[in-house]
Amino acid sequence: MTEIRIIVCAKEIPDPEAPLSDVSVDAEKMEVIVDAPQIISPFDENALEVAVQLKEEVGGKISVLSLGKKVSDTVLRKTLAAGADELILLEDDNFDKLDSHSTAAALAGAIQKIGDYDLILTGRQAGDWDSGQVGLILGEILELPCISLAREITIEDGSVVVKKSIPIGYERVKAKMPALITVSNEVGELRYISRTKMLKMMRGARSIPSWSAEDLGVTEEALQKMGIAALSSPPDMGRDCQLIEGTPDEQAEKLAEVFKALR
Amino acid sequence: MSDVLILGEVKEGSLDLKTLELLGAGKKLAGELGGKFSLLLMGDSVSGAADEALPYGPAKVYKLEHALLQGFKADLWVTSLEQACQEINPKILLMSHSFIGMELGPRLACRLNSRLTTDCIDLSIDPEDGLLLRTKPVSGGNAISVFKCQGEPQLATVRGKVFTPVETSDGSGEIVDIKADIDESIIKVASLEVVKEDIVSLDKANVVVSGGAGLGEEDGFELLEELREALSKSFGNVMIGCSRVAVDKGWISSDHQVGLTGTMISPDIYVAVGISGAIQHLVGMVQAKKIIAINTDPGCNMFKVADYGVIEDYEEIIPALIEKLEELS
Repeated sequence: MTEIRIIVCAKEIPDPEAPLSDVSVDAEKMEVIVDAPQIISPFDENALEVAVQLKEEVGGKISVLSLGKKVSDTVLRKTLAAGADELILLEDDNFDKLDSHSTAAALAGAIQKIGDYDLILTGRQAGDWDSGQVGLILGEILELPCISLAREITIEDGSVVVKKSIPIGYERVKAKMPALITVSNEVGELRYISRTKMLKMMRGARSIPSWSAEDLGVTEEALQKMGIAALSSPPDMGRDCQLIEGTPDEQAEKLAEVFKALR
Repeated sequence: MSDVLILGEVKEGSLDLKTLELLGAGKKLAGELGGKFSLLLMGDSVSGAADEALPYGPAKVYKLEHALLQGFKADLWVTSLEQACQEINPKILLMSHSFIGMELGPRLACRLNSRLTTDCIDLSIDPEDGLLLRTKPVSGGNAISVFKCQGEPQLATVRGKVFTPVETSDGSGEIVDIKADIDESIIKVASLEVVKEDIVSLDKANVVVSGGAGLGEEDGFELLEELREALSKSFGNVMIGCSRVAVDKGWISSDHQVGLTGTMISPDIYVAVGISGAIQHLVGMVQAKKIIAINTDPGCNMFKVADYGVIEDYEEIIPALIEKLEELS
């Protein structure tokens, strides 16, 4: 089978799953402040995992694109440790808080610059704004077949066959490559990366290319902000938790009483 | 010209509940704009649903029927919807944040060069400029954002169970047939087969016993299944739920997933076992009447939203609990 070229779009975000006490909202700056290390958006990690599996099966090359005002290559180097061959940062002051369409337009610029590709994979949505648009818009801009919510991807001579989640189960669909696929978490979590491997990649002298809006041929006018009019904290979800204490046996007994009272 | 257009969805020949909710939202926005709301129905046969919709008071029910619109083939649907928007020219188009809306919304936005906000929980009109204010949870639910964007139609997908379904009123509207110019050549993604799976309907559960990464292994769900059976002797509709991580690890299928990208539920009792409580999970279950958390980490989020907490290894507690439940029943 011929080797395939895969491009994975991965976004660096503040960890939305950090403990609630580490998350706050700056209404004035209209930013969610997370007092925890930045991460790769979880569904993008799922997308990378399926890319690495495909590369293992049929051979090929994986390029990871990550776009932002400033992208931390220490966070993104994880993608190289996981099996990506190339990481390209798309960084520009004008890339701050872009709307989905502008983000997709900038990514499309980078993908056209790369030129040669069979599959573009993105997570189904990013964990910071939960918008779920960039992947599909990117597919539209590049006029590619678009497949959303993939849970399994296989390659069959020049085509890609995808099991996509639908409300009653799944649909098997087929498209000619190149194609754009948004990936859901059913494909599985990103493989374990050993600490040694991670450190080696972090300390590696390898330089990571960074492309600006100009490099991508994207004009400032084409880059629109997402238009946040207000940002606030969600309603408090907290309840007074009554802790059930004692030996496991005593705890079980008290818990059974709780269930009995709720019958 | 229609001020607010709703893309309805038809299930088994009838309008689905989300469409009635969208009509409720559309009616409210039309009121704020001092204009009218209309409904668009697409499919191979939507006449029955169109008749059904009139008493809810839309000014028009646009009926776009085409044999190729049987089932949901996104390539055909997005082109049909694009053409319908060009013909109807609405100021605002609302779609459900359903499987269909999630796919059509972004692709349509790109084609019409407008901006979409997804999964909205509130909508209103800015009286200053008449633009749609789109309220949406972001960062998994850590914050609530209001977006305002340029472009027409103003586009939003709307979360279910947020807006009150529209009530019937004076049904003096009319049904208008519109056409789509589509053929098979625009299909880029071919459907090979649709496989129905045995799906749990978590939103119908009275009690959900849910497991997460803290189970440590797939076998943990066997213990939860035993607890589910024991509880079934006292409660109706007891089902197994899970966190996103449990699906990622391949321990359980995604129809069991509770949360932002799984099912949003509000059962009588939610039992969270080994689930630390990522925000995207909490928003999917925090409406449960009673929440019971079992976890070894006293600092985890789940204890902050729970009514009862047990800080202990689930493998110790659950077998003992099953025994005690048997004694009680």
